[in-house]
Amino acid sequence: MSAILSLKGLNKVFGRGRSAVHAVKDVSLDVAQGECLAIVGESGSGKTTLANMILGVIPASSGSIELNGVALPHKRTLEHRRAIQLVQQNPLSSLNPKRSVGASVRLGLDVYEIGDRADREGKVEAVLSDVGLDPELRKRSPAALSGGQRQRVAIARALACDSRLIVLDEPTSALDVLVQARVLRLLDTLRREKGLTYLFITHDLSVVRNIADRVAVFNAGSLVEFADTETLFNSPQQDYTRQLISAVPVLSAEELNFRSALQSREHKE
Amino acid sequence: MNRTMVILFRNPLSLLGLLLVTLVVVLAVFADFIAPFPEHRGAVVDFVYFNKAPTARNIMGTDLVGRDLFSRIIYAYRISLILGVVVLAIAVPIGVIVGLFAGYLGGKSEFVLMRLTDVFLSIPPLVLAIAMMGVLEPTLLNAMLAVTAMWWPWYARLVYNVARSEREEGYVLAAEVIGASKYHIVFREILPNCLPAIITKMTLDMGFVIIIASSLSFLGLGVQPPTPDLGSMVAEGARYLPDSWWLTVFPGLAILIAVFGFNLIGDALREILGAEQ
Repeated sequence: MSAILSLKGLNKVFGRGRSAVHAVKDVSLDVAQGECLAIVGESGSGKTTLANMILGVIPASSGSIELNGVALPHKRTLEHRRAIQLVQQNPLSSLNPKRSVGASVRLGLDVYEIGDRADREGKVEAVLSDVGLDPELRKRSPAALSGGQRQRVAIARALACDSRLIVLDEPTSALDVLVQARVLRLLDTLRREKGLTYLFITHDLSVVRNIADRVAVFNAGSLVEFADTETLFNSPQQDYTRQLISAVPVLSAEELNFRSALQSREHKE
Repeated sequence: MNRTMVILFRNPLSLLGLLLVTLVVVLAVFADFIAPFPEHRGAVVDFVYFNKAPTARNIMGTDLVGRDLFSRIIYAYRISLILGVVVLAIAVPIGVIVGLFAGYLGGKSEFVLMRLTDVFLSIPPLVLAIAMMGVLEPTLLNAMLAVTAMWWPWYARLVYNVARSEREEGYVLAAEVIGASKYHIVFREILPNCLPAIITKMTLDMGFVIIIASSLSFLGLGVQPPTPDLGSMVAEGARYLPDSWWLTVFPGLAILIAVFGFNLIGDALREILGAEQ
């Protein structure tokens, strides 16, 4: 597997002098083509700062970000921007309440000037049905949609420009449990069908176990452990990772049965 | 539309506001057809009927040179509305653009734009307008300029506050990540979310602009005779109180009706547009 994204010695320091905060410390890691790499850590561990640097929203203090072997400048071109898309945590805020669902999904197509007007409308419809929504919803306001539907729209927006790398910043943590499961399943299916690569940022280890191939554990801005999901859960090497794993509430056998029954029932729907 | 109707009809004051504003606008627009003596808006003298109390011929009486007060009030409404519309048409875009960019860009732009706004806000509006009118010729155009100069900072401040909170919303980040231009983010993403606040304030301000313009005219700094203006009519008539009460009372009431109407409508709009967010 070749690396689609490489981070080399990435640092981010906010502020100066005594009040400086070292939010991301010397992070180096590769994201392989087609994998789902989870970035795990508690709040304030530098996950979102890392994502913002990768997305080119804030500049790195030092180090480099390479996309397909080419270093990305902080001033990204539209081509660079098109390559990496984002799905945010809160679908209530990530869609503009004053713009239609279709306009939000179409934004990238407009900005990158992909196809003509009719092509773009067609693409919006196609990508909405890809995420399991009625294409007719494109004319609606986000206010008319449920939380789960809105997050699907946000996913559709990230997919609309055929980007291969998607940063998912806690994409399910604002949703209730059942909707969470459906959105995760959708993300997993899309990844297989479209050959997407995910950088999945989360603090929820139970989600990680379900969807990630590899896991990078962050603590106070540093990468403390980086391993295959199975290896990490079965034999964590670091104390911090062990603490994180043991903090996940363990489900009783009864609850597990209940959940799998629910899931199979959903499957039949 | 339905919800709008419900709010309008549930609150009788909103309905009254709508009624008053419609009345004022209809009078101003169709002044030529409604005014019993259209020619009285200019320099006309009629000594047969000068300074008469209200009668069937002149329902609001006549002024000191015999002009029909009702006709002059109707034409004064026209001037007031034109003044309000022109002032807002210039002040609102300036204030909105300053506020949007200061709120979205932050940093140095925010500092420069908002301190400039503060400079204007720190001068009492009427004093600024009086100073400007003292330097410039007291004409209708200059009255508009003076009022505009003191009006835009309020829009800059209002929009700046809304834009600064909208900047933190996820949809702005989403547009930035996609690479949309600043122009798109400011005007297509943030501005629509500021519109309810702007429209509400514009409606309320129509009333205030009419008051300020009338105050300037009252001081002799606004619209000049023989053009009819509510403020100068009140000022002129005040000297003949209480004997020729109609000279002050009717123009005063006219100001009251217009300002009251726009304020009521503004409150209703705040509810209608605000609740949609």
